[in-house]
Amino acid sequence: MEILSLLGDGIFVALQPLNLLLIFVGVTLGLFIGAMPGLGSVNGVAILLPITFLVPPGSAIIFLAAIYYGAMYGGAISSITLGIPGASTAVATTFDGRPLALQGKARLALVAAAIASFVGGTVSVVLFTGFAPLLATVALSFGPPEIFALMLLAFATFVGLGGDDIPKTVFSICFGLVLATVGFDQISGAPRLILLDMNGFLGGISFLVLAIGVYGIGEMIWTIESTRGEVTNTEAKISVKGIIEDSGTTIKRGWKGISVGSFLGFFVGVLPAAGATPASLMSYGVTKMLSKRPDEFGKGHVGGVAAPEAANNSASTGSMLPMLTLGIPGSPTTAILLGGMVIWGLTPGPRLFVEQSDFVWGLIGSFYVSNLFALIVNLAFIPLFIWMLRMPFTVLAPLIFVLSVVGGYAAMQDMFDIWLLLIFGFGAFFLRKFDYPVAPAVLAIVLGPIAEPTLRQSLLLSSGDPSIFFTRPISAPIMIVAIVLILMPAFKYLRPRRAKPAE
Amino acid sequence: MRVGELVTAGVLALLSIYLMYKSSANGIGFVAGTGPQGGFWPFWLSLGMLISTGFIALNWVRGTSPQSQSDEPVLDSYGLKTLLLVGGGIIGFVALIDIVSMYGAVAIFMIYYLKVLGRHGWFLTSMMVVMFPLGLFFFFEGLMQISMPTGMGFTEPVFNVLYEIIY
Repeated sequence: MEILSLLGDGIFVALQPLNLLLIFVGVTLGLFIGAMPGLGSVNGVAILLPITFLVPPGSAIIFLAAIYYGAMYGGAISSITLGIPGASTAVATTFDGRPLALQGKARLALVAAAIASFVGGTVSVVLFTGFAPLLATVALSFGPPEIFALMLLAFATFVGLGGDDIPKTVFSICFGLVLATVGFDQISGAPRLILLDMNGFLGGISFLVLAIGVYGIGEMIWTIESTRGEVTNTEAKISVKGIIEDSGTTIKRGWKGISVGSFLGFFVGVLPAAGATPASLMSYGVTKMLSKRPDEFGKGHVGGVAAPEAANNSASTGSMLPMLTLGIPGSPTTAILLGGMVIWGLTPGPRLFVEQSDFVWGLIGSFYVSNLFALIVNLAFIPLFIWMLRMPFTVLAPLIFVLSVVGGYAAMQDMFDIWLLLIFGFGAFFLRKFDYPVAPAVLAIVLGPIAEPTLRQSLLLSSGDPSIFFTRPISAPIMIVAIVLILMPAFKYLRPRRAKPAE
Repeated sequence: MRVGELVTAGVLALLSIYLMYKSSANGIGFVAGTGPQGGFWPFWLSLGMLISTGFIALNWVRGTSPQSQSDEPVLDSYGLKTLLLVGGGIIGFVALIDIVSMYGAVAIFMIYYLKVLGRHGWFLTSMMVVMFPLGLFFFFEGLMQISMPTGMGFTEPVFNVLYEIIY
């Protein structure tokens, strides 16, 4: 009851005129920043941090948190309308969001993303409210073996993403993992896999370069070539009735994805080494596995949009938990928020809930309000986003190409990466022609930098004994489930089967 | 498609071997009491890639993949034209960035795509060519404080005027 009383006070603080205005502005700005390819919440929060010195600290963090929320909603917009992931957290949304848009169902995809984001955000805030201290303790018990086991589980769920061709899927995953190792060895610091001895690779290969190259360039050229330029982007009419109908469709067909995304997303977001990106990818994989029609995923299934969107919003709240309770940022954005808090004289950690309860509960109250505002603003802007899609494809296509290049440069600030982006784009085009799945490679390059160091740290802890993964109470069951899931497609591959006729 | 499938598998196999070679420079062994060396993880993953290409080739021989049974060309004349015109345009766009600045390259690429490929009228083309690069400039350099390449020296007068506006 005391928690409800504190929460009520917090919501009252969030509804103060200044805070309400900051929430509205933050959510709207975050929406457009998140929608821009190559930019994400971290850009918005970092750039707008100095502005917050003009307002009290409590209002400042409410503003930045609202930007964080808005950006999570915004990432889906370019994934769906342009087919370019707005941020790493929205890559999984592209898998089904873009096909839905190409089928003339962009409005359905955008509504599904908005509603799933709202539910994910709400579930996560409720979990945060009730279980913050307990979950912080659980998060602390996750060491390198547990996190590696979780990453292996993520890969296992994605083996199923590649469809029927297991060797091509395995190739894709391994290739993505190898790309993640280019640059410097995180443990020893030595240069590694500097391809063709080119210095540009010393900085590694960013996930964004691969994702924007694959989806912004490769997938676009493939779409133009395969559809002969006759691309249907959206329905003819925009109406409130249509939006309401789509909301019903989302609940009916996407409830499983929303549920998985909300809870799994929050849990993964709480872990300091994870965050919204692995949360959204894992939620997609698990939802597909649980679906009665997994073969429809990747071709325009509403659940394929709902799951990652619920997850990334849920994880964004979850990643605040270690920041507030332990002083450990759960993501790059929360790292900047943490820095801001320190500048404002607030000390994150267990004492924060006691010594600065007004601030903490005001922030938690603002999550509820931000979430609601983000839903309203997002739904209100859907007609604008749909209007963009009404442009002739010969106008939309160059905009997508330009945004891919400009967004890629904005993120990397290096022309070498732009040329690499093009190489990935053309490579992805040809691989797509031969049905090589690229989604597993994108997943692998995101999770690889988490998986390899945790594997090596675990083996260092155990003096090289791999049984460490199977002797700890949390990592052992996760490893077993992951191994079973990985082996299942192998059994399927080895079963004798008839040759499929050429299409 | 049949030939293309096998050629692609072959190219990817060569790529895998190259990656295995590069990984070996960091040591591929497992040191007892410590764990894997720096090249361990990428080397064995690259080997996994190589083995996968072997299975892809095996599927080709068995005729179990759709591509291994198809006599269609990888790219027909429309596909080749698309790749050359669209892909070539994008390559030209990126090549121009360091010469005429990011915004100049955007403008030239928009003219090429809208007018030459899309055959749109001059009104729409002119509007997009002016508004879009300017919009990008004010968004990235004005609001987000992210600088884009300014190209060679002859673009300086234009940027001086634009920077006067935002700063």
